[in-house]
Amino acid sequence: MKKSTLFDIILPVMVGPSSSHTAGAVRLGLLARHIYKTEPKKVIFTLYNSYAHTGTGHGTDKGLLAGILGLGVDDRRIKDIFNSSISKNVDYSFNYEDNFRRHPNSVDIEIDGDKKMFISGDSVGAGNILITQINEFKVSLSGNYDTIIIVYKDKPGMVSAVTKMLQDENVNIASLDCDRNAKGQDASMIICIDSPLNSTVISDIENIKDVYFVTYVEKLGI
Amino acid sequence: MDRNISTFKQLCEYCVSSKKNIYEIAQYNMAKEADISENEVRNVVMNALKSMKEAISIGINSNELSVSGMCGDDCYKVKKFYNKNHSMFGPLFQKVIEYALATSEENIRMGKIVACPTAGSCGILPAALISISEEYKYNTDDQLNALITAGEIGRIVSAKMALAGAVAGCQAECGVASAMAAAAITQIRGGNIYQILNSSALALKNVLGLTCDPVAGLVEVPCVKRNPFMAVFAITASELALSGVESKIPIDEVVDAMAQTGALMSPMLKESSEAGLATTKTGLYYKSLICKK
Repeated sequence: MKKSTLFDIILPVMVGPSSSHTAGAVRLGLLARHIYKTEPKKVIFTLYNSYAHTGTGHGTDKGLLAGILGLGVDDRRIKDIFNSSISKNVDYSFNYEDNFRRHPNSVDIEIDGDKKMFISGDSVGAGNILITQINEFKVSLSGNYDTIIIVYKDKPGMVSAVTKMLQDENVNIASLDCDRNAKGQDASMIICIDSPLNSTVISDIENIKDVYFVTYVEKLGI
Repeated sequence: MDRNISTFKQLCEYCVSSKKNIYEIAQYNMAKEADISENEVRNVVMNALKSMKEAISIGINSNELSVSGMCGDDCYKVKKFYNKNHSMFGPLFQKVIEYALATSEENIRMGKIVACPTAGSCGILPAALISISEEYKYNTDDQLNALITAGEIGRIVSAKMALAGAVAGCQAECGVASAMAAAAITQIRGGNIYQILNSSALALKNVLGLTCDPVAGLVEVPCVKRNPFMAVFAITASELALSGVESKIPIDEVVDAMAQTGALMSPMLKESSEAGLATTKTGLYYKSLICKK
């Protein structure tokens, strides 16, 4: 488990009023943007539980939209994002729901543009977040590390094939999580790394037999 | 150097044996953790300090209300009062009250603040540290050392418990901010390691059991007004400690007590707004107004 550092305590510089409901919302939007990679044309946010109830007063809706449009947690433009030229080319809407199965501060983000994508995430406290789902895959992305997400066929040797490529690039792995739907079915690998990766490694991984999908998600600045 | 300091006892022993200050150890460890130089660590902290001052200078001139309309013009009222009446405690006290409100109100109107340690408690440390630095002309390096010292106090508390109202109530947010502020000003006034830790322990003990029961679930009532109170407590704790007053219970044990108290507190009093001020007749009235909007 990652322990708090000095910077965690005396930072971040952020737009208020709440680390979980405002800064966390911006970071969820921003990490969704890193995952989506291109400019979204349409976004539907569904806010759950506390996010739904107190979201307007905390600017959670503004934070989510600002994040997905690329603004950072300390950007003063978040407050007026709905009336800003930054948001005029995106069609956005918000739904508010209760669901006791979901985290108290939770959101679904449906993005449309050059592709459709569904992303779920939670704001887990003190501005920290977790993206929990991308399309049909369960993931766990904090945005604190550069991360490689791989979907592949569950079979022997896949982890070592990938980690060998990282070793050859002298890239250190901070954490590695594997999961699968069932034996021999679709599996996912989430690798957090300590240094940025060049794009040729990603295409090398894509070329491994029975790898279906690879994406590289850059970490959040702060 | 020891990079695994997770208790105040370890920190104290290490300060004494290495003859180093808290901030020296903290900035060294942060540099190692982030793989940057100590100078870069200080630059990041400098940016935080600048942002704190900026929030004060913007917030102190605003009376814009928050989206809910519950808060936002208290600093304006206090400033107006002090224009005609002086604080009986003198100009420093005026500044502490104004700066805490200015920062905290800047937070609720979606202005830019430094979450230190949290957004709801963002006015406490800046109010104490910056007003004292201005009144007694401490230089920027002194202020950075004080802020880093405060951060190390918060970091060690957070190694034992989450600094979140939802986990342990307001004691874990405004209470810890008050303990950090106490450490900052004890450091800047030349207090030794024992005095710094005592000041934090005294500040924390003062607020054990403090609930988190915000009206309508927003970081406004009672959070905003709690900031100036906590900043004043921090100065009280610091002056007691500088006089040689000791916390009979060592700070590690105070933090344990706070974690235990937090665990024993009903979830209804931990940021869920299901009890306390949030469910008073008037609290519910405000909630109904805000929900209609």
